[in-house]
Amino acid sequence: MSAAAKSVWLHGGVITLLFALQFVLPAYHHGNLARIMVLAVYAMGYNMLFGYTGLLSLGHALFFAAGMYGLGLTIAFLDFAPSPALLSGIISALIVSAVVGFLALRTTGVAFMIVTLMFAQAGFLTILLFGEYTRGDEGFVIQQPERVLAGIDLTTPGNRYFAALILFSVCLIITARVVQTPFGKVLIAIRENEDRARMLGYDVLRHKLIAVIISGTMSGAAGAAYALLFGYVGASFAAVQYSIFPLLWVLLGGAGTTIGPLVGTIFMFYLIDLSSGLTSAYMLIAGVTLVLLTLFARQGLVGELRKRALPWLP
Amino acid sequence: MAALNLLTTKGLSRNFGGLWAVHNVDFELPEGQVRALIGPNGAGKSTFVGLLCGRIPASSGSVQFDGRDVTALPAHKRIALGMAYTFQITSIFAKLSLWENVALAVRRKHHGDANAVEGGVKAALSRVGLADRADQLAGDLSYGHQRLLEIAMGLGQQPRLLILDEPTQGLAESEVDDFKKLVRNLAGETTVLLIEHNMDVVMDTADMITVLNFGEVLAEETPETIRDNSAVQAAYLGTG
Ligand SMILES: Nc1ncnc2c1ncn2[C@@H]1O[C@H](COP(=O)(O)OP(=O)(O)OP(=O)(O)O)[C@@H](O)[C@H]1O
Ligand SMILES: [Mg+2]
Repeated sequence: MSAAAKSVWLHGGVITLLFALQFVLPAYHHGNLARIMVLAVYAMGYNMLFGYTGLLSLGHALFFAAGMYGLGLTIAFLDFAPSPALLSGIISALIVSAVVGFLALRTTGVAFMIVTLMFAQAGFLTILLFGEYTRGDEGFVIQQPERVLAGIDLTTPGNRYFAALILFSVCLIITARVVQTPFGKVLIAIRENEDRARMLGYDVLRHKLIAVIISGTMSGAAGAAYALLFGYVGASFAAVQYSIFPLLWVLLGGAGTTIGPLVGTIFMFYLIDLSSGLTSAYMLIAGVTLVLLTLFARQGLVGELRKRALPWLP
Repeated sequence: MAALNLLTTKGLSRNFGGLWAVHNVDFELPEGQVRALIGPNGAGKSTFVGLLCGRIPASSGSVQFDGRDVTALPAHKRIALGMAYTFQITSIFAKLSLWENVALAVRRKHHGDANAVEGGVKAALSRVGLADRADQLAGDLSYGHQRLLEIAMGLGQQPRLLILDEPTQGLAESEVDDFKKLVRNLAGETTVLLIEHNMDVVMDTADMITVLNFGEVLAEETPETIRDNSAVQAAYLGTG
């Protein structure tokens, strides 16, 4: 089977499985999975830059928040319907990531991490500063009537799951497609050996900038969808933890694998969920598990699977 | 009529914190020639070719390629104009297959055309004798084979000017012989600038030899006459 055919089977299989799960899962896990799929979109966006291009950003919460507030504020103040508001969220993230990419890519390595972190902190503080409109930390709720997209009420669990699944599938297919194209191969080449890629005649900076924009826009789509599906917009989503989460999800699931972000997000979500049921020191259990994984499964879950058994995994 | 120069430099210089690694080099390379660039360690050979392909910015002077001043162009644009460069210290994509390594080199020209890429990769790998290892990871190759892979990545770009920085370093005797044949086969189609310490290779492949010493051109000779040049002997060939 060709690489392209395997990719179709793998990703088609994952989407089919997620589709089927909604009919068998109990309500609690059904709701969790809808949330996980949206967060996995965020992780996939992060993975495009970190996993495939090799750029470690500590400021992706800015893109997530750009999508979230691009949607939330236009609904709250401009009376946008959900579809134009969603578009506004995605475009906000696109613009913010283009600007941040353009400026931050003047630096590399640790400096890039710090510059992206600073941008995200500046964004976070801006949200607090304009608390009159954003309601700062407290945030604001998007009411049920404002969450009816093209006649579909996104507040019911079934519709919500379906909307999350559609967004997830679109982003998974985009990712799977991009990494098969010549453009995606150049991103991987940049990750592996930037100097060599440049000396093969590739415009490294341009490729990185496009990667930041794809990554940031996908993250923003997740932020916008999160607000629309779960009805809440708040500054905590722009805080530094939300820049660290996608890094952890991707590391756990497997950086530079298409399905790693989903696996990592599920894993971490249920790790925290289950351990908080056992003890109040659940962050300790989560922490220890993370340390063990980084010691013994350095490529992440899917990355290890690829290394040991399935080298064809994209 | 004189052959056209594919590459010309005028007063090309590079200073590293007070040291002139390359100083005032006027250099002309006619189209189709195989030129060897020799000189003792630290003579400035790698720096000079780095200035040509834009890896290292020049302190002063100019580079003309194919009739066009490229001094201000970044490396990737010069490569896109038809230069190819192989590193003195092997630089490959260790975690990717040989096929993908060469495909990255081939693809820039044949962007969407999968058949052309497939053909180009096969041809380049065959030329260096690595075709049967296409699916192996580049990092798993022996050092010598990695050098050959790097040459294949140069060939895969179908460049007009192929710059090779000590390609035979680390190759076995038989591989060096194959390399000589390869360069002689290239002679008609590609202009080659070859940095080389192995004088056998130089004598057997080069049309002309440029000797660099302390960043300056010491001599420019044919292989036949270079052995008689006493300045070159003193600086490089080690006879006195
Ligand atoms: N990045 C750098 N910074 C400072 N000095 C440098 C740098 N690169 C080269 N040099 C110095 O410039 C001089 C020329 O170095 P270069 O590498 O061009 O020599 P070379 O002729 O290629 O030598 P070799 O045969 O050992 O490869 C040397 O003295 C070297 O130490
Ligand atoms: Mg050198």
